[in-house]
Amino acid sequence: MKISVNVNGTAREADVEPRLLLVHFIREDLNMTGTHIGCDTTSCGACTVLLDGKPVKSCTVFAVMANGRDVMTVEGLEKDGKLDPIQDGFHQEHGLQCGFCTPGMMLTGFSLLKNNASPSEADIRWAISGNLCRCTGYVNIVKSIQHAAQAQKPAQ
Amino acid sequence: MIPASFEYSSPSTLAEAIALLQQHGSDAKILAGGQSLIPLMKLRMAAPKHIIDINRIGDLSYIRESDGYLTIGALTRESDVDGSSLIRDKYPIIHDTAAVIADPLVRNMATVGGNLAHADPANDHPATMLALGAEIVATGPGGSRTIAIGDFFTGIFTTSLHEDEILTEIRIPAPVAGSGGAYLKVERKVGDFATAGVAAHVVLDGNKIKSAGIGLTNVGPMPIKATGAEQSLIGKDANDAAIDEAAKLAAEESDPAEDLRGSIDYKRSLVRVLTARALRLAIGRAKGGH
Repeated sequence: MKISVNVNGTAREADVEPRLLLVHFIREDLNMTGTHIGCDTTSCGACTVLLDGKPVKSCTVFAVMANGRDVMTVEGLEKDGKLDPIQDGFHQEHGLQCGFCTPGMMLTGFSLLKNNASPSEADIRWAISGNLCRCTGYVNIVKSIQHAAQAQKPAQ
Repeated sequence: MIPASFEYSSPSTLAEAIALLQQHGSDAKILAGGQSLIPLMKLRMAAPKHIIDINRIGDLSYIRESDGYLTIGALTRESDVDGSSLIRDKYPIIHDTAAVIADPLVRNMATVGGNLAHADPANDHPATMLALGAEIVATGPGGSRTIAIGDFFTGIFTTSLHEDEILTEIRIPAPVAGSGGAYLKVERKVGDFATAGVAAHVVLDGNKIKSAGIGLTNVGPMPIKATGAEQSLIGKDANDAAIDEAAKLAAEESDPAEDLRGSIDYKRSLVRVLTARALRLAIGRAKGGH
């Protein structure tokens, strides 16, 4: 089936089998390997992408379901060589250890801050409760998202 | 993991979707949010030959009140229920339920209709809908019919939907004065199925219980309506003795299986404790608390 998916602002066309998962479409057809495959069972969130702006687990979406829709992957965060505040937050606050969960964590954090510019720690922990960090580095992940929230506040 | 091959249709109207169901019969499966179906297909526990993706049908996602009912469109995402101020303020039991389904990412895809039509006894909405006395609207070639929630679940993963019908709407009677409800779930971690869950809904006249609904999650082969516990409450004062008696009866009515989440005794004990807590919360809300 022919599909066209708007990935990070660019229309990407492909002829895919309906059973192709969105994560495989992104990694193998588009060769964008920033989106990871962790558990492959809808648990870990390593494969998180934004579908029409909302974080979803791309191992549990068929690529055909994204036909005509917007997908944002971790590669879409950086703009014109400048890191997004969420990326800078993870850098500044050491929000990653092995880095495997990081793309998903950043996209979930990015989406949270779009909807809630000043989240509480509880809001952040709630938002990332579908993203697992096997290094258990949650304290710094929370700090990283807080750093990004702070950085995005308009100057007083 | 790669699912088995299938043919795929994404109709833009309900009529087209129903025509496809008529054409493909039991070979066809409806795809809504896909958060239960796709994992099952990846594990090859399900291998439908034809997938009918209803996500492009425009008018199946809504939360509104009309004619004495709260109506929820089948394609309404759990995150939309979770985020609805109408639900939070007026139907806190439904907010309780949506907020503990899977995790926030899954809730961005998962639908209320799918949660019910999948008929997994571990799903959360069934218990709440049993407690609330909801109705299911099923639409087929001859139009729509309404199914009382008590007649909807017929076995594990099976419902009274016909092969050519689609669950299109859930209807919940608007709360009368003095009503309140709550849903409580014990899970090992966010995203796990319930070890046990209890939905409780009461209508009070002063401190007297006029009616009660109690639904149980994942403690039997089907979602359970604890009718003995419900009956025991009617006409009683809303006090500890009545609550404890109902909780004991609900535990007896549960039919859990031993698994990694716990033993039969442990799960029955959870049902007893959760029923008492959910009833206390429901009674508190019926009296105007939160």
